[in-house]
Amino acid sequence: MEEEKPWALISEVGGPHGYLEELADIVKQHFQIVCYKDFLQNPVLYGSKIQALLNWKYCPAAKPWLLKLLPCLKVVASGGVGIDHLDVPFINSLGAKVANTPGVVSDATADLAMGLLLASARNILEGHQIATDPKTVHIPQNLIGVEVTRATLGIIGMGEIGYKIAQRSKGFEMKVMYHKRTRRSTKDEQAVGASYCENLDDLLRCSDFVMIAVNLTSETSGLIGHRELSLMKPTATLINISRGLIVNQDALLEALQSGTIRAAALDVTHPEPLPRDHPLLELPNVLITPHIGISTITTARGMVKKMVENALAGVKGLPVPNEVHPH
Amino acid sequence: MGGAGEEQIEKRKRQTQVWRRSERTEGEEEESMRLCNSKKQTMAEDKPWALISEVTEQGFIKEVTDIIKQHFHIICLRDFLQNPQQHGPKIQAILMWNTYPAAEPSLLSSLPSLKVVANGGVGIDHLDVPYITSLGVKVANTPGVVSDATADMAMGLLLASARKIVEGHQIAVDPKTTSIPQSLMGVEVTGSTLGIIGLGHIGYKIAQRSKGFDMKILYHNRHRRSVEDEQSVGASYCENMDDLLRESDFVVLVVNLSPETKGLISHRELSLMKPTATLINVSRGLVVDQDALVKALRSGEIRAAALDVTHPEPLPRDHPLLSLPNVLITPHVGTYTYATTRRMVQCMVDNAVAAVNGQPVPNEVKLK
Repeated sequence: MEEEKPWALISEVGGPHGYLEELADIVKQHFQIVCYKDFLQNPVLYGSKIQALLNWKYCPAAKPWLLKLLPCLKVVASGGVGIDHLDVPFINSLGAKVANTPGVVSDATADLAMGLLLASARNILEGHQIATDPKTVHIPQNLIGVEVTRATLGIIGMGEIGYKIAQRSKGFEMKVMYHKRTRRSTKDEQAVGASYCENLDDLLRCSDFVMIAVNLTSETSGLIGHRELSLMKPTATLINISRGLIVNQDALLEALQSGTIRAAALDVTHPEPLPRDHPLLELPNVLITPHIGISTITTARGMVKKMVENALAGVKGLPVPNEVHPH
Repeated sequence: MGGAGEEQIEKRKRQTQVWRRSERTEGEEEESMRLCNSKKQTMAEDKPWALISEVTEQGFIKEVTDIIKQHFHIICLRDFLQNPQQHGPKIQAILMWNTYPAAEPSLLSSLPSLKVVANGGVGIDHLDVPYITSLGVKVANTPGVVSDATADMAMGLLLASARKIVEGHQIAVDPKTTSIPQSLMGVEVTGSTLGIIGLGHIGYKIAQRSKGFDMKILYHNRHRRSVEDEQSVGASYCENMDDLLRESDFVVLVVNLSPETKGLISHRELSLMKPTATLINVSRGLVVDQDALVKALRSGEIRAAALDVTHPEPLPRDHPLLSLPNVLITPHVGTYTYATTRRMVQCMVDNAVAAVNGQPVPNEVKLK
């Protein structure tokens, strides 16, 4: 007889925050799943069985009241690499481990970063809107873009994702500068032709494209504010694929409205989504995507597999491959 | 030519005129004339005269007029047409931009001193080179300088289509959006297979750019490139284009428009492609059979298309391609950056100056 599979709490199958069927199937290979809605119908019954909480697109949120209903919880396995939405020390204090999915998200995120850079530089969104608009009579000259080849790319944060962005930009003969808490090895730098900027200000002054690729921490929150934006070139573009809170959004709004910088391309904002009347939504020089950095079927599969791997290890009391420890 | 053919030509002319005719304000009109006819240039040394379409709107951006005026007095088509008898004999060069002013026989016959038609851009399918050269007039284009920007555009279109950037933005800013639909799931670019049809200067630069994404590169070309070239970008030659079509996740068209490449991608070719594949076109609209493309996109025979070029440009406002959800279209802006525009204009001017001075023209387009 097949050993009974351990129980896992998930958000839902289908729906905006849910898993595609094929992704849910990956989970079901190893877990009995309870959807959040069903869990709430009978929290006592399910609560006593659930050993893993699978957190996908921030759902179900690992809030204290929910965690207290899961006395057998051994692991919170999050999909994605960012864990700023999880109180790791608190979860650990309940006897549960926290895991994320680094590595597997890096390619897709780096691809999107380059896509946003190019789409903004070359006005692809506006171009499409004009090309398809029934009222279009002629091409406005303000559709002219800025050159990407041989431009200077300043990467803030050169972890795995930042490094992959540097690798991709090399084919465009971009001059790459980076700023990071700790400098990378000479070998790494030479492999992508990246120069270290000890002073973030220098990177901001020299870059045509500023790419934010850092974790959200207390040090990086509000890292890009009025002063930083004022140091940037008026022809420069800011690209953010990290977390919305790293940028002071009011300062960004002002900088974009006044022409202090040319444009911004954001896969992340704070909050997500922005309120429907937020001024950033109306600016002509802003490209916003709804946090789709990892949204490819290939990467989603990889993430779910890793989540499952982490959750199984946690449930079995084995070392969790991607355990997140408090700093 | 039959009646239907003439009707088509007339229809196309009307569409082109709609596209071209701009609702200019009086201020813009004055601005354009001022830029064409500044007193400064008439006081300068005796420079040759060049005919252009206009400054602003569909013509040159004003930021490049300094490059032209270094070597030429310029006259805009509108002003030329006020008095062709007076202006015609002075003009030694046509500086052609966005296919204007069109090198029609009626225009050329009023330019007895014309030495060169210098085109901005590398494509010259809009020029009757044999006819123009038969008049003793040289034709020149601007290869090389356009390649980086066009390759960048191709990659931009590829990524924007694969990752649904345009749809993403539309959803992100829509006042009615309450949640993010699952349909924004895109296809992976890293590690996928890119099939490049046409590995010339631009195609090669696309290969160079895609290498950083760990893409597997296949290419089809009239002539195979050197082993060294292939190895440098990790590209594999597909003698049979069908193989490339079958295996590619992204197919990018980077060929010249010629009798051989017209309609190169039609029903059969699209049916060979993967249903998860994306077609990207930065060549000319006529390289693709558009009706076949519409059918393939509607039926899911291919996943999506991203087109910087169509036929005609622009498409009629009720064309089905404009309303398909899986099509990204940009209005032929492959070279449209400040830096590249300046380089193109400089190259055009260099070609025109050489021709006017009877020197070898750097980028002369010769008959084969």
